[in-house]
Amino acid sequence: MSPQFSPSTLANIETLKRRYPDGQSKSALLPILHMAQGELGGHLSREVMDYVASILNIQPIEVYEVATFYTMFHLQPTGKYILEVCRTGPCSLVGAEKIIEYLKQKLGVELNQITPDGLFTIKEVECLASCGSAPMLQVGECYVEHLTEAKVDEMLAALKAGSLSGHEPNPKHSILFRTRGETA
Amino acid sequence: MPRQLLLENQDVPNIHQFDVYRQLGGYTSVERALNMQPLDIVEEVKKSGIRGRGGAGFSTGMKWSFLDRKSEKPRYLVCNADESEPGTFKDRYLMEKIPHRLIEGMIVSSYALGANRAYIYIRGELMWIAKRLERAIGEAKEAGLLGENILGSGFSLDLVVHPGAGAYICGEESALLESLEGKRGYPRLKPPFPAISGLYGCPTVINNVESISSVPWIINHGGDEYAKIGVEKSTGTKLISASGHINRPGVYEIELGLPVEEFIYSDIYCGGIANGRTLKAVVAGGSSVPILPADLILKTASGAPRLMTYESLSDGGFQTGTMLGSGGFIVMDDTTCIVRNTWNFARFYHHESCGQCSPCREGTGWMEKVLHRIENGHGTQKDIDLLVDITKKIEGKTICALGDAAAWPVASAIRHFRHEFEYHVSHPDKVSDPNHVYQPNLSQRTA
Repeated sequence: MSPQFSPSTLANIETLKRRYPDGQSKSALLPILHMAQGELGGHLSREVMDYVASILNIQPIEVYEVATFYTMFHLQPTGKYILEVCRTGPCSLVGAEKIIEYLKQKLGVELNQITPDGLFTIKEVECLASCGSAPMLQVGECYVEHLTEAKVDEMLAALKAGSLSGHEPNPKHSILFRTRGETA
Repeated sequence: MPRQLLLENQDVPNIHQFDVYRQLGGYTSVERALNMQPLDIVEEVKKSGIRGRGGAGFSTGMKWSFLDRKSEKPRYLVCNADESEPGTFKDRYLMEKIPHRLIEGMIVSSYALGANRAYIYIRGELMWIAKRLERAIGEAKEAGLLGENILGSGFSLDLVVHPGAGAYICGEESALLESLEGKRGYPRLKPPFPAISGLYGCPTVINNVESISSVPWIINHGGDEYAKIGVEKSTGTKLISASGHINRPGVYEIELGLPVEEFIYSDIYCGGIANGRTLKAVVAGGSSVPILPADLILKTASGAPRLMTYESLSDGGFQTGTMLGSGGFIVMDDTTCIVRNTWNFARFYHHESCGQCSPCREGTGWMEKVLHRIENGHGTQKDIDLLVDITKKIEGKTICALGDAAAWPVASAIRHFRHEFEYHVSHPDKVSDPNHVYQPNLSQRTA
């Protein structure tokens, strides 16, 4: 089946295009690719990229070259939840590697694999601008900060139970920055 | 308490909402600015002496004055909210806490520059903040502060939030423009500079979140008042993102001129080194700037106390100094392996190199590889010199500054901690333990 956005998303795309000057609708490519990844299967397959090209009336290659450049676009299938753990300097100084090892052991997968239940993929990512609340990871739009093994357990349980949606962060998991100086 | 120009009222409940922000004096600078001549606003910003807060430290007022106003093309203001420099999280904090501060600054700045359309390019990972900004824009529009004919002035502004998709290089202003045009984030050759030919080939100003958010205060109080804060050519306040081995990581607004020692040890800032350890090194301005050992970050080579200013931090050049950069202040205690940290940063730059220029595309990968083998006990003495050689062959030889940014951390780590690299080479058995800790004797430091 060829990919198809819902009518409401298509309407949103029309609004989106008007945010850029006449003749510059290609500017909407990144936002539309975010929508495509969210709505059309969680990763950007060739069919999805071709579909996006047709919506913007541009060549497919213009979509491929962009989709392959940015780290937030996934070209292969992933688990339902992608646990993107920051590995850069400040997080590494306070134990990011240990958190990554713990996650791998807990879920029984290596980086970039999918757990057998289809729920999780662990990825390492570079700095997410959360160095003051390190170590941290991102799942969907949610930042889970001040990570400890206990917090990882709690987060995994919440994700499995569907109470920490990747798109609607639960305040309990401190999406908002903690008051400075306050410890976890 | 130090003065708060940017983070004022940050702890007021619901300050992210329009009504709360407006009640506490928000958006008064828009009313004031719309009764001024645009060029007079540029003049105030020049007088304030504020320097670009993204990292380069170039005068914001000067940048504004380069804008091609004779061109018949539309002009654009683009806010760089692609904060990705490791160790930096102040723009995120500011937008998350007080989104209206940025929007107010965007309105005043757009009026000053004659831009009727402006973009906030925010890194894609911060999607919830993008949504928060969009809500705030909706509120401001409803209040007549955005859109057509703002407050009856005849000035109209369409403000758009545009998400990126994960690429450090898009923080480089010309790469950001490419990305905003829906392309790969490849930095452009300059000249022409964006002020002449920027977004869609039109005159464009690109400013950091913190710079734009400082404009309302400057307009409300005057550039001269702003210039009274701080010392020398480091005027005003600066947001510092403090991370690493400290007791109180977080974002702090400081008056430029604060002694580094006070910033690290005072209980109103970092609160000292965590777990009773001692200070080993600091990366003072985001991962790109040279790392300095404890003695040189606290005092300059001539023995003067090091201050949090553009001038003091760069005192001594790269031999004994560093840069204020983005204000990403990463503190390392005596258990930190400098080689490991340098490898970590080299891996970052290798990952983020856009691939356009060979010295950076290849060189960052070589540095990562060589550092990895030294860190894991497979390095040789020659590798240390090889690294220095690679840094020299990247620096200054690329289209954008990412090459320099990749070379400086490696060059400075070897400059100040060469003994630690040599120890790794001469003690392969010891460093092959992933938890190895090298306790340096600072008297061995080669300046």
